[in-house]
Formats: sequence, C-alpha cells, structure tokens
Amino acid sequence: MTETARYRLLIVLLAILVTSLFVLSLTVGPADVSPWQGLAGLFAGDDSLIGLVMREIRLPRAILGLMIGATLGLSGAALQGYLRNPLAEPGLIGVSASASLGAVIAIYTGLSALLPLALPLMALGGALCAVLVVRLMAGADARPLSVILAGVAVSTFAGAMTSLALNLSPNPFAAMEIMFWMLGSLTDRSMTHVWLAAPFMVLGWLMLASLGRALDALTLGHETAASMGIDMKRVQRLAVIGTAASVGAATAVAGAIGFVGLVVPHLLRPLVGARPSRLLFASALGGAALLLAADILVRVVAPGRDLKLGVLTAVLGAPFFLVLVMRARRQMA
Amino acid sequence: MSRLAVSNLSASLGGNTVLKGIALSVGPGEFVGLIGPNGAGKSTLLRACLGLIPSSGEIQLAGRDLRRMTAADLARHVAYVAQDRDIAWPITVEALVDLGRQPHRGAFARSALADQEAVEAALQRMDIDKLRSRRATDLSGGEKARALIARALAQQADLLLADEPVAGLDPAHQIALMQVFRDLTRQGTSVVASMHDLGLAARWCDRLVLLEGGRIVADGPPAAVLTADLLRRVYGIEAYVTEAAGGLIVQPTRLAQAGIEQEVAGDNIHG
Repeated sequence: MTETARYRLLIVLLAILVTSLFVLSLTVGPADVSPWQGLAGLFAGDDSLIGLVMREIRLPRAILGLMIGATLGLSGAALQGYLRNPLAEPGLIGVSASASLGAVIAIYTGLSALLPLALPLMALGGALCAVLVVRLMAGADARPLSVILAGVAVSTFAGAMTSLALNLSPNPFAAMEIMFWMLGSLTDRSMTHVWLAAPFMVLGWLMLASLGRALDALTLGHETAASMGIDMKRVQRLAVIGTAASVGAATAVAGAIGFVGLVVPHLLRPLVGARPSRLLFASALGGAALLLAADILVRVVAPGRDLKLGVLTAVLGAPFFLVLVMRARRQMA
Repeated sequence: MSRLAVSNLSASLGGNTVLKGIALSVGPGEFVGLIGPNGAGKSTLLRACLGLIPSSGEIQLAGRDLRRMTAADLARHVAYVAQDRDIAWPITVEALVDLGRQPHRGAFARSALADQEAVEAALQRMDIDKLRSRRATDLSGGEKARALIARALAQQADLLLADEPVAGLDPAHQIALMQVFRDLTRQGTSVVASMHDLGLAARWCDRLVLLEGGRIVADGPPAAVLTADLLRRVYGIEAYVTEAAGGLIVQPTRLAQAGIEQEVAGDNIHG
C-alpha cells in the first residue's frame, strides 16, 4: 500500500472513530436515559425531559468535546511542525496560561458572578494579550526559538499572577471556584458556550490548516524553507494567532486541558509518514477522538464524583511526556 | 543576461561587518567555486544572495531586484542547498526530494507527471534511487547530503547555490557531485558552490571567487586565482600547484612560516 493510500485509510478510520465516540458521548450521563430513548429525544424536538437533557446538557458537552479535542490536536501538530520540536504543545506559547489568568481575574473580581459570559470573554482577552506580547517579544526575525522563549516567559508570568490571585483571594469560595475552573472540564456547559467558542475556533482552524506546505518545507530548516518560497513571517503570524484564537477559545469555555496537543501528534506521526502537512488533519481527528473518549471515561469511572477532564488528561499524559523525554535523551546520546 | 548580479553588497551580523562591497556576476552555465578560509564570508554571501539575511547594495536575480521578488518567485529562480543538514522528521527520501517540487505546485495541486519526472531524475542523478523508501533521518551523513542536494535539483531552478555541498562525501561521491554540477552547467544551469577542497575547486570549477575577511580578493579562472602567492597570503599555506591534463592540480603541503608569524604577532597586538 502506498503512503497516500495508507493516509486516506487512516483518515477514514479516525473519522469513524470520532463519529462513534460522539454518539457514545451523547448516551452517557447521570440521567437514567436509555441510549435509544436519548437519541430519539434529541431529534424529537418536543419539550420532554429527555429531549431537554439531550439538547441542553449532553449535546453541547459532546460538541465541545469534539471541537476542543480537534483544536488541541490540530494546534499541537501545527506548533510541533512550526517549532520543529516534538515536545512543543499549545501551552508552550503562553496561550493556555494567559487564558486561564483572564478567567481567574473574572472570578476573582466577581465579574463572572455578575455576568456569566464575562469568564469566557476575559479568558479570550487573556489569550489575545499573550499573542500580542509573544509576537512583540519574538521580534522581526520570526525564528522559532524566539517564540519558545517569549512563550515560556509569558506562561511563567501568567502562572505567577494566577497564583497571586489565589494567594490574595479574600473569599475561600472564589479560591475554590478558581481551582475548579483551572482543572478543566466539560461538565454543565451550554450551547451558549458552543456559539461563543465556535467562531474563534473555526478561524484558528483555518489559519493552522493553511500551514501544511510551509510545515513540510520547515522539515529542512528555517533557511531552506525560506529559500523554497515560504514567507516565514506569515508562517509565524498564522501559527501563533491561529493557536491563540482556537486554544484561547477552548480554554475560555473548558479550562486548561493539557497534554492532548502533545500526545496526539506524536502518536499519529508514524502513521502519516511523518509529513507535517498530513499530520494536521489527522491530529485534529485524533484529538477529537481522544478528548471525547476521556470525557466519556470521567463519567463512567467516577459517576457522581465530577472527576475533572483536565486532571484525567494530565494523569495519563504526564507519564507519556516522561517517556518522550527519555526517548529523546537516548537518541541524543 | 547574468543569472546573479551583485554590486556593492555589504552585510553585518551582530554588529560585525561580514561582507564589504562585494561585486559578483554569474552568467548562464557557469560553475563558480566560492573559496576562502573559515569566516571569510562564503556562507554569508550565499545567504545574502537569497535574501535570508539583511544586506545593503544591489542583488539582481535574472535581471530582477531580489528585494522586490516574492518568496515564491524567488524559489522558481534559485535553489539552495544549506550547510545545515538537520532533518526534523523521519519522512522518506522520496518525500524529501519531492519537497523540491513545492514551488512549482499550486496550494492543493497533486504531483503532476513533470513533478514525478523531476523527482525521479534527481534521485538517479544523486545515486539515491535505492534509498527512496528509507527514512531520511536514518541516513548516513553523506547519504543525507546527497538527498538534500537531490531536493534542490528537483526544484529545477536556473541558479543553484550550494553551501559546502561536498563536505562529508566520500571521494567517489565528491567527484560524482562535481560531475553532476558540470553536467547541469552544460545544460545551462548556473552553479555557485562554496568549498574548502582546493583540489576539487581547481579541477572542476570554471571560475573561482576567493574571499577574505568579507571581501573578494580574486575572481577568475582557477589558474589565475590559485597561485602559490595568493594561497600563502590568504590561507597561510604553501601549496603544490601545477598544470596537468584535465585541469589544475593543487595540493596544500604545509603552513607558510610567514603566515604563522604574522598571526602570532597579530594575537599579541589583540591580547
């Protein structure tokens, strides 16, 4: 089988997997609804309790799982390609930490209690600030290393400010709320969250998806890529703003969910012949599948305990990261 | 019309002037060797000609101002083989060489027959058609170098700029690469390659450009540039230079005594 045929097969299989997990996600929940009843209720359009549970609780949760997973997978693949580094992930350019800081400020100041949408909007604002600072600090030469350094600086600062807010929080409930929000979850999200995040995510997806050729050329390094007709400044703009828009929106509605963007591209890379352009779409599907599966798992493993999705991905992802680092070290030795 | 015309080109990196008033013109079908000691500015000159580093002065490619060309336009006129051979991902050799066709393809176009032919020809030319399914990251240094040159050949530009393309190649592949460059120039492509091997440069290049401290100190046919005198002055070496059948033979023999004394004296002044 040629590499192209294998890639097509992989995409089809991943698409089937995502569709199945999406449907499965709709059938899992604390409400005592049989899968068949639930799916029928979803399309019935009446005001029955089952219909309400499906449309107002489970459908937004499944859609957000799909969109956020795709965002994390796609941006992880794009950033790894742009930075030419298999250890890169969306959190690396400071977007997640800054979006979290925006949300924390909204909770800390009580703004989120006054206006529910203040939290996601502040989080998006935080993500956009991060991008502006990273782009300014990275300078005009558009080198990936400057982006990493700027991102680490922004992440560290946002993390420190978040800790400060927790530290100074006059109200233990606000501190609790901040903690809970930072763990990352898809519980109790509504269609409002979907509509809020969707435009930014789709915009970010389009920007990242347009990077395919540039990322392929970057396999041979910054200078060779530039000599092959790749405008490196444009690539930096698309990679950074695309990640900020999509991951910023994801963090704004679901909190920080780590490691998906790191793990998924790494798992799929050997299956697409390591071509960065092919990894983009495959990772979007793979990320959606992984996050939907994880979100099903938190509901099945600990029903009623509200196990946080971000905790589960970190618990599974961190050991994976360790293995990656160890393997990279062995290759360097 | 010259493929590459540079005049009054200067460039600085980190506050140091690394190129000073360079004037250079490369015509169709010329094979130009860029020689000079470490730090003379060979790589910098190649990079400046591609617009990869900021510079002042005039650079024209195929009669057009480099700084007014779009990145994509540039890629159709000139191909570049970088000194850096780091390949980030384990793509196959065939996929790597196919990257050279990217500037010729539309954003979503599939590989056309012309693309496949160019890739095939480049694989054959660089003697790596048997390696086509191997992962590029698993190749030996010399194989990697050949794959990267094949990538540039597949680009089929009129001008090929190569930064130390023979470094790390075994003698047979060094000669084979020189033969490839000569064949290319016979077909009208212009080649500018920086190199350290004066013997190869002497035998194969039509013309040599000798750089020292960011300036061109000699430019002409090998016999005019590789004189014992210039080699002693610029490289600080004594060399055996003689005409023979098939070209000039240059064999560096030992360090020139005067050169060393000069350097020691220079160190004392700086220290």
